[in-house]
Amino acid sequence: MISDKINESSPWQDITEGNKIFRAATSREFCTGEWRTSTPVWDQEKCKQCLLCTPVCPDSSIPVKDKMRGEFDYDHCKGCGICARVCPFGAITMKEGK
Amino acid sequence: MAVRERLSGNEAVAYAIRQINPDVMPAFPITPSTEIPQYVANYIANGEIDTEFIPVESEHSSMSAAVGASAAGARTLTATSSCGLALMWEELYVAASNRLPVVLALVNRALSGPININADHSDSMGARDSGWIQIYAESNQEAYDNFLQAYPIAEHRDVMLPVMICQDGFITSHGVENILLVEDEAVKEFVGEREPEHYLLNPGETLAVGPYAVSSYYMETKRAQRQAMLNARRVILEVAARFRAMTGREYGFFEAYRLEDAEYAVVIIGSAAGTCKAAVEQIRNTTGKKVGLLKIRVFRPFPEEEIAAALAHVKAVAILDRSEMFSATGGPLGAEVRAALYQAKCNAEAVNYIYGLGGRDITVEDFCRVYEKLERIAAEHRVTDMFDYIGLRSR
Repeated sequence: MISDKINESSPWQDITEGNKIFRAATSREFCTGEWRTSTPVWDQEKCKQCLLCTPVCPDSSIPVKDKMRGEFDYDHCKGCGICARVCPFGAITMKEGK
Repeated sequence: MAVRERLSGNEAVAYAIRQINPDVMPAFPITPSTEIPQYVANYIANGEIDTEFIPVESEHSSMSAAVGASAAGARTLTATSSCGLALMWEELYVAASNRLPVVLALVNRALSGPININADHSDSMGARDSGWIQIYAESNQEAYDNFLQAYPIAEHRDVMLPVMICQDGFITSHGVENILLVEDEAVKEFVGEREPEHYLLNPGETLAVGPYAVSSYYMETKRAQRQAMLNARRVILEVAARFRAMTGREYGFFEAYRLEDAEYAVVIIGSAAGTCKAAVEQIRNTTGKKVGLLKIRVFRPFPEEEIAAALAHVKAVAILDRSEMFSATGGPLGAEVRAALYQAKCNAEAVNYIYGLGGRDITVEDFCRVYEKLERIAAEHRVTDMFDYIGLRSR
């Protein structure tokens, strides 16, 4: 965890120059989906696993395993609705709120 | 050794850029700094340097591109003036807080409005809190010399801050003067190559630049940035010492001109210092009165204690600002020098005059009148017209 090295108790002398972060994918440590106001709901019955939704997600919140998409990563989905718009089968609908 | 030439201030800075051969220059033209990217573009077209020139669509873009290029690891610069600097505002702070050693050749010009193309310091003074090191020049020679010292300061490991090399629009940027140039090889050795510790184009290191900092990190980040500015004080003097060893020309935070025994002093930034020196010589030669000058070279970091020490013995001082800050008191230089004098418990009477806005001339006679006023103020121990103007028409 990057927060083992620098966290909210770190003195100013330990802050990296210009806040540079020397690690990739650190957003895994932060639930950036917290402020979502609209939420995609996946209907597995209607889903044909065409995978058009996955590459258009700006937050990589549609995980794929063994060529099949799984449930949304709601910790990081910001509710933009692009996946619902791109789905040809009506398998993703947007609902109000988190 | 040195090369004797006659160059304008813009030519001198462009010449320094040719000698340094930086990696990337994004630029957008604006009077009176336009010639700098123009000359650099010529050098590139003639194959004299291999700088990557990016003709961007605005100054917002030129500073954005400079931030990106510098973060990538490139030695980067741009040039601008006035409203061009104002359009960079957001990115000036980003470059400083991201700790990117970008160099900006600033040719000082009044900010709009009213629109005006001539020299004053409202552009760079407006950016004085952006976190950039600011170094000012009196002459073309100083603009050239300061530019050669910019990268060694900016890229120093203990600093890593952007540097603004300022000169007065038209007065030095377009005025042609005799100049001593350093030989190409000596410049290359003095400035060296940028060797970034961390940079985005390094395939061997994962790196994110400029992340969001929530309130639990922002303040610590700003304190660390302040430390870089504190460190810059030492590095600026170290680089100046190295420069002196190379050229014999001496630089510090400021120039103390006939100040040692002075009873009346002027504090000023930029080209008008030359006019003030002529007044100092004239007064000393004709009346024997002890007048002197403190010409600020480094405004950021602000050499507070050194200025107060240099002025400790004077009876009265006039701090001259070439920009307004509309505090309804004085100008920025006046506010900071007066604070320095107060902190040092200096007993000198102090006034703060505004001069030269939008290119208004200031003459030797104007300076003589300032020294006469100082003499009167010191004799009477009574300050009148604390925030007066020089050369202003008034009923």
